[in-house]
Amino acid sequence: MIRHLISAGDLSRDDALLILDTAEELDQVSDRSIRKLPTLRGRTVVNLFYEDSTRTRISFEAAAKRLSADVINFSAKGSSVAKGESLKDTALTLEAMGADAVVIRHGASGAPHRLAGWVRGSVVNAGDGTHEHPTQALLDAFTMRRRLGRLEGLRVTIVGDVLHSRVARSNVLLLRTLGAEVTLVAPPTLLPVAVSGWPCEVSYDFDAELPKADVVMMLRVQAERMNAAYFPTVREYSRRYGLDTRRMALLPEHAIVMHPGPMIRGVEIAADVADSPRSTIVEQVANGVSIRMAVLYLLLGSEGTR
Amino acid sequence: MIGRNEAVPGSWLIRGARPLGGEPTDLLLRDGLIAEMGEGLRADGASEIDADGLIALPGLVDLHTHLREPGREDAETVHTGTAAAALGGFTAVHSMANTDPVADTAGVVEQIWRLGVRAGYCDVRPIGAVTAGLQGSRLAELGAMADSAARVRVFSDDGRCVSDAVLMRRALEYVKAFDGVIAQHAQEPRLTDGAQVNEGEVSGRLGLAGWPAVAEEAVIARDCLLAAHVDSALHVCHVSTAGSVEIIRWAKSKGWRVTAEVTPHHLLLTDELASGYDPVYKVNPPLRTAADVEALRAGLADGTIDCVATDHAPHPLEDKETEWQVAAFGMTGLETALRVVHAAMVETGLLDWAGVADRMSVRPAVIGRLDGIDGAPLHGRALAAGAPANLMLYDPEARGTVDPAQHASRSRNSPFAGMELPGRVQATFLRGEPTVLDGKLAR
Repeated sequence: MIRHLISAGDLSRDDALLILDTAEELDQVSDRSIRKLPTLRGRTVVNLFYEDSTRTRISFEAAAKRLSADVINFSAKGSSVAKGESLKDTALTLEAMGADAVVIRHGASGAPHRLAGWVRGSVVNAGDGTHEHPTQALLDAFTMRRRLGRLEGLRVTIVGDVLHSRVARSNVLLLRTLGAEVTLVAPPTLLPVAVSGWPCEVSYDFDAELPKADVVMMLRVQAERMNAAYFPTVREYSRRYGLDTRRMALLPEHAIVMHPGPMIRGVEIAADVADSPRSTIVEQVANGVSIRMAVLYLLLGSEGTR
Repeated sequence: MIGRNEAVPGSWLIRGARPLGGEPTDLLLRDGLIAEMGEGLRADGASEIDADGLIALPGLVDLHTHLREPGREDAETVHTGTAAAALGGFTAVHSMANTDPVADTAGVVEQIWRLGVRAGYCDVRPIGAVTAGLQGSRLAELGAMADSAARVRVFSDDGRCVSDAVLMRRALEYVKAFDGVIAQHAQEPRLTDGAQVNEGEVSGRLGLAGWPAVAEEAVIARDCLLAAHVDSALHVCHVSTAGSVEIIRWAKSKGWRVTAEVTPHHLLLTDELASGYDPVYKVNPPLRTAADVEALRAGLADGTIDCVATDHAPHPLEDKETEWQVAAFGMTGLETALRVVHAAMVETGLLDWAGVADRMSVRPAVIGRLDGIDGAPLHGRALAAGAPANLMLYDPEARGTVDPAQHASRSRNSPFAGMELPGRVQATFLRGEPTVLDGKLAR
């Protein structure tokens, strides 16, 4: 296994499958009356969160605790970070405290790369700027495999603000590694200019993609983007790129609907679609804990250092 | 290798140097001039330098240097910056206006000029701000800076673009009264809001906001048309894209008064280096693609781009040991410039040493008005008897790994750290006096 998990592109096919298979095993723990394993007893996991993201932090915290690790939550708010301490100094502080793993969420793309140069422990990227969110991609793949039984050859359509989405980047890389075929659907303004070099297809026509899709993954679209002229109005965005019941009816019978959350009902996804049996949104959250347990277990549990 | 004779101070005999890489000859420096050139010159009490195998070039001239003083003496001072320049083979540098306070008045430019005279490592020619406080709203007192002891002729808001078309037009027109030139940092601000790296494959992959080539090219095209309309002189700073080279080539074909510079780093490095998010590679304009590097080299070789300028931009460690998007833009470059040009242009066969002298001394001296007229120093002259003894000696056979810890610059943000580069600057002479001997500061 690799030492850090910073980009989904760092995972080989074997590594990725090992994480998914390990998550399946660890998922059994969730069904027991005592949901705790002694695996990481005495190890310290720091959640270093520079952005508010309660759901991701709680997911990592639950994962570490179910593996009996000591968890330190270090939030940028109310800490020395708010007083202007540099990321490097924070890293050295965590190092001095003996962090075995640092889970970092940061608004700047590449912050986990920098952190990995300053600490000896493992670094897990819990979302960096508009770059990547590899554990989200892993839990998405885990969810797809559970629902549809395979990943190889699966046709996945990812819809929305690809340009600013760390979820999209990680999913494109991981799904490619695992043999799925990805199509991105977005207004041209919300795609990177060099997207033609990505290992996926690109389409501006959502309706045309739906009948072929096994999975539709909707991305959150922030209304502020409208002010920077990425699209004219929220209403027009919804009409062209939102998933409503009419569009859902164009999907094959078996197809599933995913969303990394937090979703904006009525913008990129209609409420009755989000709550339909096709929707995996709640499962994704549950699966997130199992995936993060697997990642921490494989990064920390297998080696006896420190 | 130096035999010093105290009997005749200020007199040096350089034995067997190869001017512009040509046949070996001797050069006798006396009273600030090249007194004699030819084979078998007699020392007549001058200190002798064995320059066997060394190339002699006219002292290099940098049109784009950030000396940081006044205001950011933690990053660089006029003293440390000009020492770095001398070690790079430079005898004149143009210091950019984005100091604190901004070099937008006669008082500030005279202060910087005097600091340069006091340091004595090379001639410091202050560049004046185009707009008051670099704010882009009203013209600075360009005439007062031109008439000051600093004799400013180049004006720039470098770091910021004079994006207002009317203000740019007026600046170009106004400086005609005193043979000035506007050096533009071409960057359309709305297209580059928050921009971090070249917009392309790398920016998409890294999730960093893109700095598109069109944001540079659109401003260059507009400014060339403005310069033509008012018949004034435009200099384009740090050209970084293939498209910019095309536009400048077109403007020059019209006979318009447009000149341009390229940095050493844009001649050698590409945006792929951003992949590790190390901000030592963060610079404005950003590192571009391999295709851009190729076009810039071709443009410099055919003269479309007039000169190499370092954009030496020192920053303290804490401004670079950060996340990419909060790090400062800029790279040091004075002490590596000639070696990088050697690697990018000479070793590739694109320029010979005469060409290097033209692009790094002769042409920048013309653009900077270092013409010896009305008290301006004289630089960029061919090595010949009677010319000012501003020259440097370079060992083209040496090779070495760049170690910023050894640099005289106060800052360490060299993107060439750890790279093996050809060549070594052996000596630099400013008006006949050595500033560098044996690759070390001589004073």
